[in-house]
Amino acid sequence: MLELKNICFSVRENGKTKDILKNINLKIEDDKFLVVTGPNGSGKSTLAKVIMGINKPTSGEIIFNGKDITKLSVTERAKLGISFAFQQPVKFKGITVKQMISLAAGKEISVVDACKYLSDVGLCARDYIDRDIDGSLSGGELKRIEIATIVARESELAVFDEPEAGIDLWSFNSLIKTFKNLKDKYQCGFMIISHQERILDIADEIVVLSAGEVKTKGTKQKVLSHLSEIYSTCSKLDDEEVK
Amino acid sequence: MELTKIDKDLLKSIADLHDIPEGAYNIRKDGKLVSRNTSANIDIVTKTDKPGIDIFIKDGTKNESLHIPVIVAQAGLHDLVYNDFHIGKDCDVTIVAGCGIACGSEKDSGHDGVHSFFVKENSRVTYVEKHYATGDGTGKRVLNPITNVELSKNSYMKMETVQMGGVTYSVRETNAILEDAAVLEISEKIMTNADDYAETKFNVDLNGKDSSTHVVSRAVAKENSKQVYISTINGNNKCYGHTECDAIIMDNANIVAKPEITAKVADASLIHEAAIGKIAGDQLIKLQTLGLTKKQAEEEIIKGFLK
Repeated sequence: MLELKNICFSVRENGKTKDILKNINLKIEDDKFLVVTGPNGSGKSTLAKVIMGINKPTSGEIIFNGKDITKLSVTERAKLGISFAFQQPVKFKGITVKQMISLAAGKEISVVDACKYLSDVGLCARDYIDRDIDGSLSGGELKRIEIATIVARESELAVFDEPEAGIDLWSFNSLIKTFKNLKDKYQCGFMIISHQERILDIADEIVVLSAGEVKTKGTKQKVLSHLSEIYSTCSKLDDEEVK
Repeated sequence: MELTKIDKDLLKSIADLHDIPEGAYNIRKDGKLVSRNTSANIDIVTKTDKPGIDIFIKDGTKNESLHIPVIVAQAGLHDLVYNDFHIGKDCDVTIVAGCGIACGSEKDSGHDGVHSFFVKENSRVTYVEKHYATGDGTGKRVLNPITNVELSKNSYMKMETVQMGGVTYSVRETNAILEDAAVLEISEKIMTNADDYAETKFNVDLNGKDSSTHVVSRAVAKENSKQVYISTINGNNKCYGHTECDAIIMDNANIVAKPEITAKVADASLIHEAAIGKIAGDQLIKLQTLGLTKKQAEEEIIKGFLK
């Protein structure tokens, strides 16, 4: 289980301090599919990066399975079982899909294993294992390979930063299927940053962020029933924040 | 002359050879012939006017390989050799060259190989050249290869050159002349470290109608090393030419990239690209999220880049 205690994250911009995250308190329980949503600029991606250690919080504590990991590096957190899927998958010249999945798995994987991970994300392994993770792959393909690397890690907590960003509708439909499949198949905690109603629809719990604060959280039924009302209020709040 | 363990290790590094190869070969060590084998289609003749060999490959020779590795293990030796490759019509052959230097003293060691290829019509040649140097001596390890290529009508040559560290000083010069519909693909992989200096100069004359070339260099410069990449393509006819230098710079290294294209007719289509930069931060972070340390991530990125 991951617990965020009073997490704050601020940056200096034009000589002023800007608070991106304000006193976030949140628990992500094992085996739960948690979706964090909210308007643009509400701090969702920053929150994901704070959990992975890419951004270090200004104050607050991050507890993972009872251990304080606030000061641990990205590598150390990865070794403890946290994984992170980038909003824009990173491209590499000369690193193949199979090599990347092997790096994620921490061992040289067989073609059979590569096939297993890639079929989990709806790709035919034979077409992909020897291809470089570069600009020759489409946005949807890169995104699914990114997810396959997370699956291969067999992590305890998988954080996905806007998995729907930059992909076409057809790939998005496959993505929903992929997440449903992963949720049923793998017993780990999921935290998905998303705007998409269809991803919210498969959540166990939803957290709504606005202007760096948790606006509301709860079961899917509770939050979805008055999401449009929350979004409307959030947008007003964010507009005021911008002003 | 027997091959020592060091010699065998060098052969493995430069020519992927674990022992004496199959097929035609010519192994040279410290300026002298160690072993030679010819085949029914590939003849190797020692030059009489200067050091080196003439290689004659008969018309129609297909799926045959030739290995011509050079080992320099004698301290203070600077070996110079002229190798001429006469490749007949309608051939399809692979030639693996390369030089390994083991320098264990304060004296400089080196090898200058002047390789000339005369490729006749409709032939395909894959030429692989690896450079590798090792040893804990303080002497410089110097390699200055010159490659001259003449590609006849409708012939094809793929040239892969690899230099992976340990070579203190190298100036590589490659000159090529292409006739009608000839194709030349050059792929260079080079890594320098410490105070190494590596310079590569490619000059390709696209003289023939519909001739084409791709000259691609991937380079990594570490520590205090310096690299210079100069690539010149001259489009003298209706042709296609592309030159690309992609380099990763690290530490206090220095890289110069000078791609140059000259079109002398309106139908010449030429492109040059050059990019130098450090390893992207998001690449390092991505691999760190998989559990690699920053150093391991750098190594993986470089390994892939120079694959």
